[in-house]
Amino acid sequence: MIQWETVIGLEVHVELKTNTKIFCDSSAEFGGDPNTHVCPVCLGLPGALPVLNKRVLEYAIKAGLALNCEIAPFSKFDRKNYFYPDSPKNYQISQYDLPIAEHGHLDIAVNGIAKRIGVTRLHMEEDAGKLVHQGTIITSPYSLVDYNRTGVPLIEIVSEPDMRTSAEAKAYLEKLKAIIEYTGVSDCKMEEGSLRCDANISVRPLGEAQFGTRTEIKNMNSFKALQKAIEYEVKRQIAVRENGDRIIQETRTWDEAKAITVSMRSKEEAHDYRYFPDPDLVPLVITAEWIDEIKKTLPELPDARQARYVQQYDLPAYDAMVLTLTKEMADYFEAILAIYPQPKNASNWLMGDFSRLLNANQLEITASPVAPAQLAALLKLIDKGTISGKIAKTVLAEMVASGQDPAVIVEEKGLLQMSDEGAIAQIIDDILANNPQSVTDYRGGKTKAMGFLVGQVMKVTKGKANPKLVNKLLVGKLK
Amino acid sequence: MINKKDVEHVALLGRLELNEAEKEIYTQQLNDILKYAETLQSLDTADIAPTAHVLPIKNVFREDLVGQHLSNKQVLANAPDTEGNFIKVPKISSQ
Repeated sequence: MIQWETVIGLEVHVELKTNTKIFCDSSAEFGGDPNTHVCPVCLGLPGALPVLNKRVLEYAIKAGLALNCEIAPFSKFDRKNYFYPDSPKNYQISQYDLPIAEHGHLDIAVNGIAKRIGVTRLHMEEDAGKLVHQGTIITSPYSLVDYNRTGVPLIEIVSEPDMRTSAEAKAYLEKLKAIIEYTGVSDCKMEEGSLRCDANISVRPLGEAQFGTRTEIKNMNSFKALQKAIEYEVKRQIAVRENGDRIIQETRTWDEAKAITVSMRSKEEAHDYRYFPDPDLVPLVITAEWIDEIKKTLPELPDARQARYVQQYDLPAYDAMVLTLTKEMADYFEAILAIYPQPKNASNWLMGDFSRLLNANQLEITASPVAPAQLAALLKLIDKGTISGKIAKTVLAEMVASGQDPAVIVEEKGLLQMSDEGAIAQIIDDILANNPQSVTDYRGGKTKAMGFLVGQVMKVTKGKANPKLVNKLLVGKLK
Repeated sequence: MINKKDVEHVALLGRLELNEAEKEIYTQQLNDILKYAETLQSLDTADIAPTAHVLPIKNVFREDLVGQHLSNKQVLANAPDTEGNFIKVPKISSQ
């Protein structure tokens, strides 16, 4: 039985967050009524000439630096020629042999194992228009074209074929998204298509040096889709190979509903793009001084922030990784620490209950109804003994639902922790009297009975009894 | 040497419909052009960098400021077919 090894490389397209398009002054804003954010340049009307948006170049350089790339001192634009209704000029302005950035890398960790993934290149290009089909492209009797997106600036980031599992591919995409988000050059919204990912996948017998024939998978609109599509495609390729057949080099599309990849086309001349330098655009000369200037605008990136969290806050590596995966989460965490400087406790609540509640309500942390100061206030209430940790979970759920301050919720719902020793002792006496068997069990060495008795006290007090006090009193009375 | 098959391939890529006579003519003419261009091969270009642009200009930029858009009516004026605000195109994939 042959053991198969999977080889994965990713091509990621990121829309840059600029006001205008890459080569003209039409708005690059997402959406808008169809065919209203267009001008003669992005429509490719005869005689119209493209001029590069300076911010696009600066953003591309910034992203390249964040990905540890070398920035090209000399770069240019080329035409990629093909006919398709989403491209009005019948060519896409892209970069071919002299991309703006090359030879980068980023580091991922899967199950605690670190791995460096190479970034082959990063180049600038223009986005294509949007096609609207009735049903799917295959069943649609005709299609409608919206050129608003035509000419929106993109960077394409191509990885080395360094990934071996779908989990590594997912970790790479997560890290890439985090880094780009940190730089602020894109908002990386997969659901709006401002971050899009294609995967090149092949399999080979383990130990073989040469790569197998690859397929390119498109149309994966989420991290989950990426993972599922890779897993399906790997199984499909192995089945084809084990059946003694050959893999055909082709583009396949991920069909989310059916959870399969489907062949798109395999025209023999499909990839004859006849690139040549675009004579309408002049070359770019990037000085070391300019690169240094842009380097100074880079914020602290995820890896550096993660390392700082371990060093400065004494957090476990896992916490540091999760907290820094998005800039928003890390900023939120640090805003809590400014008021409540207990990193591990803040991390536990942020990664645990708070994240779970946000997910359950389908809220991004940027849209959280609970401000960092409010969450910090809740944690202070626990530390002061005003409420128990258990009650705090209820309060937090209420905070997420209403946006109300924790103190107000505690007050209004009468959730103050019960710390009256006499009252708790009275309740404990009643419970011990009603549960003689548990008392006997405990005294006979079955310490589990303690948990049951604590639970009974909590039940009677609706979770409000101070758990430390309950434990202390119970242990005393059971002696 | 360019043969008829090359001409057919390039014509297909350029979406040109050629008849047999035209294919013959273009094969002949393209070979003549290439032969003429071969004269350039006799030049020693070992110390010359590849040309990225014919003019000695570099770094021409535009600031990131939104300008004037065409009206939707103007955008659709040249389109052979439209529907609502959209340009309408024939069936794309026949698979």
